[in-house]
Amino acid sequence: MTDRGRVLGIETSCDETAAAVVERGRTVVSSIVSSQVDLHARYGGVVPELAGRAHIELTLPVVTDALAGAGLDRRGRSFTDPDGPIGIDAVAATIGPGLIGALLVGVSTAKALALAWDVPFVGVNHLEGHLYAAMLEAPEAELPVVVLLASGGHTLLVALDAPGSYRVLGATVDDAAGEAFDKVARYLGLGYPGGPEIDRLAVSGDAALIRFPRASTAGVFDFSFSGLKTAVVSYVRAHPEVTNADVAASFQEAVVDVLVARTVAAAEEIGARGACLAGGVAANSLLRARFAESFAARGLVSYLPSHAMCTDNAAMIAAAGYFQLQRSGPTPLDAGAVPDLQLRGSK
Amino acid sequence: MESQATASTATPAQTRAIGAGIAPLLGAGDVVLLVGPLGAGKTTLVQGLVAALGGREPVTSPTFTLAHRYPTSPPVTHVDLWRLGHLQEVVDLALEEELDGGGVVIVEWGEAAEPLYGADALVVRLGWGRTDDERTIAVEARGASWISRAAGLSAVAGAGAGTPGEAAVGEG
Repeated sequence: MTDRGRVLGIETSCDETAAAVVERGRTVVSSIVSSQVDLHARYGGVVPELAGRAHIELTLPVVTDALAGAGLDRRGRSFTDPDGPIGIDAVAATIGPGLIGALLVGVSTAKALALAWDVPFVGVNHLEGHLYAAMLEAPEAELPVVVLLASGGHTLLVALDAPGSYRVLGATVDDAAGEAFDKVARYLGLGYPGGPEIDRLAVSGDAALIRFPRASTAGVFDFSFSGLKTAVVSYVRAHPEVTNADVAASFQEAVVDVLVARTVAAAEEIGARGACLAGGVAANSLLRARFAESFAARGLVSYLPSHAMCTDNAAMIAAAGYFQLQRSGPTPLDAGAVPDLQLRGSK
Repeated sequence: MESQATASTATPAQTRAIGAGIAPLLGAGDVVLLVGPLGAGKTTLVQGLVAALGGREPVTSPTFTLAHRYPTSPPVTHVDLWRLGHLQEVVDLALEEELDGGGVVIVEWGEAAEPLYGADALVVRLGWGRTDDERTIAVEARGASWISRAAGLSAVAGAGAGTPGEAAVGEG
């Protein structure tokens, strides 16, 4: 790898087709996300058949745009020096977790480019990518930090000790936080995705009206949202006169309460210098406000990612790929996608 | 030909026990369709089922990830169709590969998969009971391979220990 450490990242694990060019795991040169959310809204969720087909249709245009943003043509050569060297030093792609059909689109594209350009291929864990997302926007952050990764499919607390070195402290034992938002939203007859709908509606509701349960778990840093979801359904069945706004506000209060309390406890446990949000739920306005407030009160820095870095993107994959390449080298080209890949810690 | 058993449970632990009761009936290539509204206990039932087959990791909801696979004996693929709206999307999940490979497929929001697998499956219907905590669970055997195992269903209905569930097994 050249000193500039320029990695092309490709992400096709779920809803988004994305490509990005990042230097030395820190500097985003270009980042393209082709959001499919409009397509999904019509169906009330992610549609794998459409998503798979869309990834195939979108991957090359998205990669071409990401390369162009880095001043490179689709062959990976500089627009100003078309006969010069390849302007990419490694190609990273998400190998899991995700839908096998969707993952393979990105993995195959990345391997083909790596082979054609004679540069390393790096297969990246999507969840590890999220750990680097907020850090990309806060390169000055002092480690260790606690990362709360909360999305539709995952809810995790991770200690990020050094670039490429992390420990999983806890995870959901049943439903993910983002899933609870979407399921409650659909139950209340709100739109998709449900998170932003509840966020919006909660502003006009009374968050103290209903005391929904805050589940305790065997692992002190684990989460459980299944009982909360059931409690919401149970309450609405028993109180049909309740307004959606009050339910949304009280529900959101319960989720945010637990997420922030566990993250604060984890930060104290590991002696963190700061705390960081990641994943789609990090876009929730109450969570952002409470998170910042709680850590400021303890004299700790909180890192709140921009909306673009909350949701799936390829810059985080390129960044994770850079650090993984430094730490453990390239991924063999015969390695496959791993739909059930988990985050287990880097050691 | 159909056979059915019904039970009611008063706690999530009892719903898990029903799942555990279904576990020994399962063999390679079996499909279990779970049908019922939000909060009825579908994932809870799968937790008991997977644990009874030797699963050690927590069974989390596959709603967003769509499918989780557990290295149990037989291996279980836990699928969730909540986000899907079209039969073609269920076909695209390629569940046949898991079934042909000796696995068991458990499908939440399984009504969407009935056109594919409904003729030969164990269909478990979960519903809310009279109180917040009570759930009704109806287990229905469909197809020749399941009818021959129908005798085991009464044990399943009794697995929600101490529940007043009537265990009615017979040709329906």
